[in-house]
Formats: sequence, structure tokens, C-alpha cells
Amino acid sequence: MSPGGLARGRTLASRLASRGVLHAVLVGISLLWLLPTVGLLVSSLRPARVVGTSGWWTALAPPFAFTLENYRHVLSQANMGRSFLNSLLIAIPSTVMPILVAAFAAYAFSWMRFRGRDVLFLFIVGLLVVPLQVTLIPVLRLFVATGVAGTMPAVWIAHSAYGLPFAIYLLRSFMDELPGEMMECARLDGASHAQIFFRLVLPTSVPAVASLAIFQFMWVWNDLLVALIYLAGSPPVQPMTVTISSMVNSYGGGWEYLTAAAFISMLLPLGIFFGLQRYFVRGILAGAVKG
Amino acid sequence: MSWTRLAWAVVAVLGVPLALCAYVYAVESGLQSLAPRRRGQWRPWLWLAPGVALLAVFLVFPVLHTLVLSLLSADSTRFVGLANYAHIFTTRSMLVVLRNNLLWLALFPAATVSLGLTIAILTDRVRYQWLVKASVFVPMAISLVAAGVIWKFMYQYQPPDAPQTGTVNALLSALIPGFRPRAWLFDTSLNNVALVLVLVWMWVGLAMVILYAALQGIDEGLIEAARIEGASEAQILLRVILPLMMPTVIVVGTTLVITVLKVFDVVYVMTNGSLGTDVIANRMYKEMFNYNDFGRASAFATLLLVAIMPVMLINIRRFGRKGDAR
Repeated sequence: MSPGGLARGRTLASRLASRGVLHAVLVGISLLWLLPTVGLLVSSLRPARVVGTSGWWTALAPPFAFTLENYRHVLSQANMGRSFLNSLLIAIPSTVMPILVAAFAAYAFSWMRFRGRDVLFLFIVGLLVVPLQVTLIPVLRLFVATGVAGTMPAVWIAHSAYGLPFAIYLLRSFMDELPGEMMECARLDGASHAQIFFRLVLPTSVPAVASLAIFQFMWVWNDLLVALIYLAGSPPVQPMTVTISSMVNSYGGGWEYLTAAAFISMLLPLGIFFGLQRYFVRGILAGAVKG
Repeated sequence: MSWTRLAWAVVAVLGVPLALCAYVYAVESGLQSLAPRRRGQWRPWLWLAPGVALLAVFLVFPVLHTLVLSLLSADSTRFVGLANYAHIFTTRSMLVVLRNNLLWLALFPAATVSLGLTIAILTDRVRYQWLVKASVFVPMAISLVAAGVIWKFMYQYQPPDAPQTGTVNALLSALIPGFRPRAWLFDTSLNNVALVLVLVWMWVGLAMVILYAALQGIDEGLIEAARIEGASEAQILLRVILPLMMPTVIVVGTTLVITVLKVFDVVYVMTNGSLGTDVIANRMYKEMFNYNDFGRASAFATLLLVAIMPVMLINIRRFGRKGDAR
């Protein structure tokens, strides 16, 4: 064999070896990232008596003993059914409201001329990262004084306001790009601003609205802090995040129920993730800068 | 489901959007009664009104009010000057809270960005990259509460001679001979890092997806040129790819800094700040609900705002410049 061939053989071997390492690392990372969620799912399906005494992975070898009893228990006894509904009733209006309000504002910013427009917009950009913790005490006092503390409208309004700066920012940057001729034509045809907005601007903004809706919905669905503060002491309207976190404190080691409850709360987000992956990723990416 | 709850649902899903749409039509028909010149002046503000009102009442005014409250006593009846801040910066248990936030700040963004970058670069070279990306991104979909439950379960501890039920201890015992199981959330030398890792697990997916997109945007020609010049793969990575990705790294880093300063749910669910793991947001919650000390709670909130201020100014400058270009 010529020296050149030998060298080539060695590089081939080392390249194969490094490909092997690459695959091992990547497969390892994927497994490592999935393992915690898989462990949760498996655990939630195991009978209560074995969860505290053996690791969840032992359930993957025969004899198989899986049960839906934990799910039945948390849905009937631990109010997870009610909380699931509450999470939906909180998340849907808290998504629709800020998007509509933001769309009005974004339309004004994009297609109307007025004094102070740029200053006001920059001010809203500044609000983008305000930690909502800074608003908790005064807003809670306002809710208590007006009697809405502990009711769903309180969280709807709060989430709408907290989501607004980002929604305005995102929708404005989208609406800025809409063709001006389209607006001119509509106006020459005698369309009013309301007609232009509802028949032209809103329908053409669907891609931005969809990403925004997914982001805001997920954000509200997964929120703990806002619900914890404004719905304190009203278990009948609390969402799943609050119910689960109080289960963590009271159950201590009741892992079979906690894991089932946590998995129920993950069902919808995971469904959105696998069903609408492209929009989901776009929504989360767009929302990454929110405060 | 009772009738009142059903009524609420209908109001929520249909009533609110309808009312908002009705507002716009009412505004437009109301404007018809004005002179055309006046119409143009009033219209933008009427379209902005619902949003501006919400922001003013629930964001702007509360922030200013909190600044004032932080200078008042626990029940907000007496002016105490900077006493609440002095308390935070001189009391041992409070300094632990600040130290922990600094620890999170030091570990979380760096760990998340470097892991995200590594995975983005590596996964670019294999055909099953969608699988890697999906697995790493999944935690982004779930709530921090669910993640807290998941990881409390992962970190479970049993005495060394008992079978380990926590995945982390079982895995390490199996891999490392003579490994002694650790109580991850109770051992004060480990628990803060254990908590940081949970947030890293959740956010690496986001960092990876953004950085991957930036990687795809790099001109192949530049890399080819460097290769022809005789640069090694390591040199290409360090001298060509990384510098080109720097702006994206900074954007991701900023996002992570904002996230970590406000960290709350993970700590609240997993340790509730016990054993030296408290952070500003969780401590603020305790001052509010456990101790009814609204002065200190507001001082903590103000500290968060001050810490985030630089990011706010950077954002305004960045977007301001974009506005000029338009």
C-alpha cells in the first residue's frame, strides 16, 4: 500500500470514529431531554403502591402493571377536571382580548398620522420587558377595591394588559409591511376605516395573529404567578398550574397523583406542539423577547 | 358544569370580542358627526384608547405606585425613606436572596446559550436533526409548574442502601461506581445548581432553534473560502462561524437574562425558597402574602425593575433606530 493510501485509510477511520462520537452525543442529548417527561408519563400510569418504592423504569420490564386509576383519582378527587376547564376559560379570553385591542392600536400606529406617534410607540417598546412583579401589589389592591379580585375577569384583564405591549409591537411590524396601494384602493372605493380594518387588514394579518395567538395562549395556559396572586383564595376558579402547585405542597410524596396531574396539564400544550409545530415554534420565537 | 359557569364561558368567548368590535364601529359612526379635519385628529386616539387605557391602568400606573410603596412602611401608612432597601442590603437572609439571583444570572444564560449553540452546530451535521430539535424543544411547551413536578421527581433521594426511585440518583449510581446518592434539593451546596439546571432544560430548546436559524443564514461561500485557504474545522468554527453568530447570541442572551432575573415558578414549586434557595420574585411573594409587608415586597419589585432597566434602554435604542430607517 502506498503511503498516500495509508493516510487516506487513517483519515477515513478517524472520520468514522468522529461520526460515531457525533451520533452518540446527539442521541444521548435527545434521550436526556426526553427522559424526564417519559419518566413522568410512565410514573403516572403505575399503581400507587409501587410508585414510592421502585423507580419508574422498572415498570418497562414485565410483568407490566399499568393503570388509569391515578388519572381517575385526580380528575374526580383533586379537582383537576374543574381546573382544566378553568385554564381554558382563562386562556381563551386572555388570548382574544389583547390581540383585538392590540390590532386596533397597531392599525393606528401603522396607517394613521398623528403627533407623538413615534414617542408613544417607543414607550410601549420600553414596557415590553417590565417585570410584571412590579405591577402586582397596586393591581391587586385595585382588584380588591373594585371587588373583581378572585374572579376570572381579573385575570383576563391582567393578562390582556401584560400581553399588550408585545402584541402591539408584533402586529405593528407586520401591518407596516402591508401594501399601501391596497389601502388607497379601498379608501377610494369609499370604505371606512372600520371596513378596511375588519375586511382587509385583519384577514391579511392572519399569519402574525396566529403566531401571536399561540404564544399568548401558551403563556397564559402555563402561567402560575398571575393566577396565584389575583385568584388567591378562590379555588373554584383556579387554573391547573395553581391546583398542581398547591398539590405539591399538600401531598408531599403522592407522586402517582402529582405526575398524573402534571401530565394532564401538559396534554394541550404538547398537542399544540405536535399538531401545529411550525406555528408553535414561530409563536414562541416571536414571543421570546416579552417581559 | 353549572349554568353560571357556562354563562361565563359564553360571555368570555363571544361577548368580549363583540363588544370590542362594536366599539370600533361606534367610534367610526361617532366620528362622522365631526368636521373632517377634527376626524383625522381624533380617530387615531380613539383607536388607541382601549390599549392605552389598559396599559396605563395595569402597567404604567402600577409601576409608579410600586416605586412609591417601596418608600413606605409595611402597611403603606408611613414614609420610611430607603429603610426597606437598607434592610434588603444589610440583612443576611436577604443577601442570600440577592446572591442567589446573581448565581442564576451567572450560570443560566451562559449554560443555556453554550448548550443551545453546541446542539445547533452538531445537529446541522446529521439527517435526524428534526428528532434532536423536537426532543430538545418539547420542554418549552410545558409549564414551569409541570417542569417543577417532573424535576422534583427526577431529583428524589432515598438512603444509599435503599433502591433509588429518583432518576438522577439511579442513573449516576449505575454509571459511576461508588457514587453516593445525593439529596439534590436539600444539600445546600447543590440545590441552587439543581434548580438552575431545570430552567436550562426548559430553555435550551429556544436558544437552539434561534441559533440554528442564524447558522443557516451564514453564507456557505465564506466557509468554503476559509476551507480553501487551509483553515481547520476548529478555526472555521472559532474565527468565521462564531463571530458571524455573535449578534444572535446577544439577542438570545438578553432574552435569557430577562427570564432569569424574574425566575419564580421553578423555585416556588420545587423548594419554595427553603434551604438557601430563595430568589427575588419568590421572596417578594412571601413578603406580600406571608408577612403582609408591602414596603419590602415593593422594594424587591423595584430592584427587579432596576436590574432590567439596561435591557429596556437597549431595546428602545434598537427599535428607535429601526424606526428611523423606515
